[in-house]
Amino acid sequence: MGTLLEVNNLKTRFHTPEGTVYAVNGISFKLDEGETLAVVGESGCGKSVTVMSLLRLIPIPPGEISSGNALYRGVDLLKLAEEDLEHIRGKEISMIFQDPMTSLNPVLTIGRQITESLRTHMGMNTEQASRRAIELLEWVGIPDSTRRLDNYPHQFSGGMRQRVMIAMSLACTPNILIADEPTTALDVTIQAQIIELVIQLREQVGMTMIWITHDLGVVAGLAERVIVMYAGFIVEEAIVDDLYEDPRHPYTLALLAALPRADRRRDRRLKSIPGAPPNLVVEPHGCPFAPRCERVIDRCMNENPVLTQVAANHKIACWIDVQTGAPR
Amino acid sequence: MTTTTATPGPIAQLTHDVLEAPPLTLRDLAWRRFRRHKMALFGGITLILLVAYALVGTLIYPESYANHNDTGQALQAPSAAHPFGTDPIGRDVLARTIYGAQISLLIGLAAVTIETLAGILIGALAGYYGGWLDSVLMRFTEAMLIIPEIFLLIVMAKFFGNKIPDINLFGRIFSGSVIVIVVIIGLTSWMYLARIVRAEFLSLKENDFILAAHATGTPNLQIIIGHILPNSIAPIVVSATLGVANAILAEAYISFLGLGVQPPTATWGNMLDNANSYMDTAPWLWFFPGLLILLTVLSINFLGDGLRDALDPRSRTV
Repeated sequence: MGTLLEVNNLKTRFHTPEGTVYAVNGISFKLDEGETLAVVGESGCGKSVTVMSLLRLIPIPPGEISSGNALYRGVDLLKLAEEDLEHIRGKEISMIFQDPMTSLNPVLTIGRQITESLRTHMGMNTEQASRRAIELLEWVGIPDSTRRLDNYPHQFSGGMRQRVMIAMSLACTPNILIADEPTTALDVTIQAQIIELVIQLREQVGMTMIWITHDLGVVAGLAERVIVMYAGFIVEEAIVDDLYEDPRHPYTLALLAALPRADRRRDRRLKSIPGAPPNLVVEPHGCPFAPRCERVIDRCMNENPVLTQVAANHKIACWIDVQTGAPR
Repeated sequence: MTTTTATPGPIAQLTHDVLEAPPLTLRDLAWRRFRRHKMALFGGITLILLVAYALVGTLIYPESYANHNDTGQALQAPSAAHPFGTDPIGRDVLARTIYGAQISLLIGLAAVTIETLAGILIGALAGYYGGWLDSVLMRFTEAMLIIPEIFLLIVMAKFFGNKIPDINLFGRIFSGSVIVIVVIIGLTSWMYLARIVRAEFLSLKENDFILAAHATGTPNLQIIIGHILPNSIAPIVVSATLGVANAILAEAYISFLGLGVQPPTATWGNMLDNANSYMDTAPWLWFFPGLLILLTVLSINFLGDGLRDALDPRSRTV
């Protein structure tokens, strides 16, 4: 299996009146064909901005992709002309968004919104496109899909809308599906349904996926590899089992300790991470997690650790070894 | 205790038809809200009657009759032969208000079409693309707004008047001055609409569904026309409706000043102009065209008001 997407040293900034926001600070990762990569981290750590930068969906200005490249099958998406990028968006790489209540256009019918990309990218006529749309809706589990095509978004429930969004994003059978917290806005039972649906669809078409979430519980059942992000940096990258069994970065440890688990005693309080995420308006200096880290050493304040290999398929960005507590 | 639950009656009578009834579409909801608005209904019906007046009337009175002058019949008060009386050169006022209605309504609609197209074009480009394009277009819009509209109307009417040949439309000969007036009114009234459209685009383009449209590779032009414009249709329709009333008024006062549509083509405005010297001696000369202008503008305003309520997507009343 070859590498489908390779991101190198991606940096994204937003020039706001309050100052420059350092949203993504030199991110590199690879995405292999057929794998599911999860990106986790708390709100505002740059997960969404990272993937939106890949498709240049961030508003420019105030946004700026100040360095890096994103090679999709050898083509740098960050340097592609806008018209060429439009052929990639939705056709080769498509996205599902967080909130299905706001991601569908309220004044257009569902059918119109699903068939749009079919007509744009596949050159289908209206009849072909609606036949395909009916198929897609059935595929994502919407009953009576022929009649539903003429309905408006307000006639669907949240879970149904997310199914419609999934149908839209899969319309042109993309090679990569980026799911930006697709279950965050849904209640737990619907979340489970949607995840189940995505796993099913992934198996049927052998799709490559990037799944963004802040829910480590979701990651375990879905992804093969995990990237943990903090303040616009990757702090840990590992195979999913390794991350749960052998987390090496203090931030990942803290996140896992904060996770409620069915097999743990209920009377113990969840452990929260003290402090707040750093203000991204300040240019990063030293390790971004240092002010909140329990194992902080002097070096952390001045030097930002680079992402280094510590075991097979396991990289962390930290100056200490969490197992021994000794500096590396 | 048990007896009360022994025979549970049906909670509600849900027949098959009720369950299968299709949910209300956006259009159904808008129509429901519109029907509630009594004044808007009155406005709509009056407008339909006025259009019928302009169209059916032509079947009764040929145009030559409206322009036929007979000085022997000059300045007659309303009678059975001339229900609205006659003007200083003996033309039938009723027939002239009918043909004037056609011109006035035509000017209203045509000018608003130009106004709406220009307003949407400039507002959409400025709001969607922002940046320097927005600055240039908005400074231009402000420059147009600074010049008093009436002044602009008069200067342009004077400049372009009598330079356009007569045209033949729907079997009627229109004075070229009608075209001039339409274009002038259209080009001097798009600024407010452009600002409304720009504001709509500025806020709508930040929506998640627009981001989603970008993410599916929808080209910019398609996003503007197919995704954002349908969302801002409510303020555009309302503004266009009110624009019709303003265009009719603009035509009336520019014709009243003698710079508008030239005789013998009748409009309500130039009929008022003719009535100027007979204010107290022949009140029927200004009463009927004046009443028609009043009714038209009033009912269009009511209609616009009703549409504003009906098309407001935030309105939750059903």
